[in-house]
Amino acid sequence: MAKKGGSKQKKMNSRVDFTPMVDMIMLLVTFFMLCTTLLKPQTMEISMPSDKEDIKEENQSQVAASKAITILIDKDNKIYYFKGKPDGGTDLVDEGKLFETTYGKDGIRKVLLESNPEAVKAVNKLKEEFATKKTSNVQEEVKVKAEYKERLSKIKNADYTPSVIIKATDEATYDNLIQVLDEMQICSIGRYVIDKFADGDKLKIEAYKNGPAQ
Amino acid sequence: MGRFKVKKQDTFIDMTPMSDVMVLLLTFFMLTATFVKEEPIKVNTPGSISEIKIPANNLLTIFVEQNGKVFMTMDSPEGLRKLANQMKENDKLDLDAKEVEIFAQAPTFGTPINTMHGWLASDVKNELLTKSKEAGIPCDSVNNELKIWVSSAREACGEGMRIAIKADKATSYAVIKRVMDSLREIDENRYNLITSLKGVED
Repeated sequence: MAKKGGSKQKKMNSRVDFTPMVDMIMLLVTFFMLCTTLLKPQTMEISMPSDKEDIKEENQSQVAASKAITILIDKDNKIYYFKGKPDGGTDLVDEGKLFETTYGKDGIRKVLLESNPEAVKAVNKLKEEFATKKTSNVQEEVKVKAEYKERLSKIKNADYTPSVIIKATDEATYDNLIQVLDEMQICSIGRYVIDKFADGDKLKIEAYKNGPAQ
Repeated sequence: MGRFKVKKQDTFIDMTPMSDVMVLLLTFFMLTATFVKEEPIKVNTPGSISEIKIPANNLLTIFVEQNGKVFMTMDSPEGLRKLANQMKENDKLDLDAKEVEIFAQAPTFGTPINTMHGWLASDVKNELLTKSKEAGIPCDSVNNELKIWVSSAREACGEGMRIAIKADKATSYAVIKRVMDSLREIDENRYNLITSLKGVED
């Protein structure tokens, strides 16, 4: 009996304790999670008109005065706009008259949306149409996306969309400019240009400040 | 004898599935890791609804700091090396091989060309960029080195190179205009403005 007990093999526990390993891996995961920038910064693509004269003239002729909106960005987050040519000339109501507005949905966006009802409608329709077209097929999705982009840019550059001229004073901040550029995207305006702030615009703002009752 | 026998419970938990999952996660994070690049200047980008992601390769970033100083960087040391060699070829900046290497490893650069040698020899490069009054690439109409840098980078890296402007929210538009005008003068009319994501309020 005693002999038998002596030859009995000791039962080895083959289980390995993984806890320290998990601890360490947890630590590493946390490290990588905190160090990575999963979210890449967003960008806005912008193309400026070239300095070459010939292109400039061609572009200028495209801007129909009745469809033009000029946005003036001033210091202290002030923003003004006027429609048409600065000195009047077409039969537009309130042409050349300066209005003060604000950033955001109740200010400049409202103005732009009101002057661009066709494009907004068209874009909404396009979005609805493509919302049903979602597929799991990767290749097809690329195709659908390309088509969407093409049709979107067609709407944005159609004749009925207004042309927006953005002018900023030297005291305006970069944030102001980005906000206005953002509104262009929200309001589906494809034709906009950043132009130099002219003396005439300065006078206009000053006249507005001096005589708000106009 | 009639004692109630408490069953001995095994408190040992099997960690194998957990460690499996953890290793998986770890591999995922390791492979997708793109480390935050060291930027000596703090730039607080404005929010925008734009959802276009910035291209990761072949990118020239122009930083515009709040006070109007302009800095530049490229996404990879190879790009910076090519840029330095191109500058040498254009007779704008003569760096020897050792200086080119230091230049390539620097996260951001931005000193006037005539002080470049001194800056590369310094141990406190980032501090010089942030503290020194002379730091920043000059881009006014009298002395526009930004144009030299950007056109050299275009020559060095080819048509595929993208230009991005990363400017602080509070930067005055005058500085931005100077940078944009400089780019326009060298016929760089397409570039990206780096922003952070913001939802549309409606």
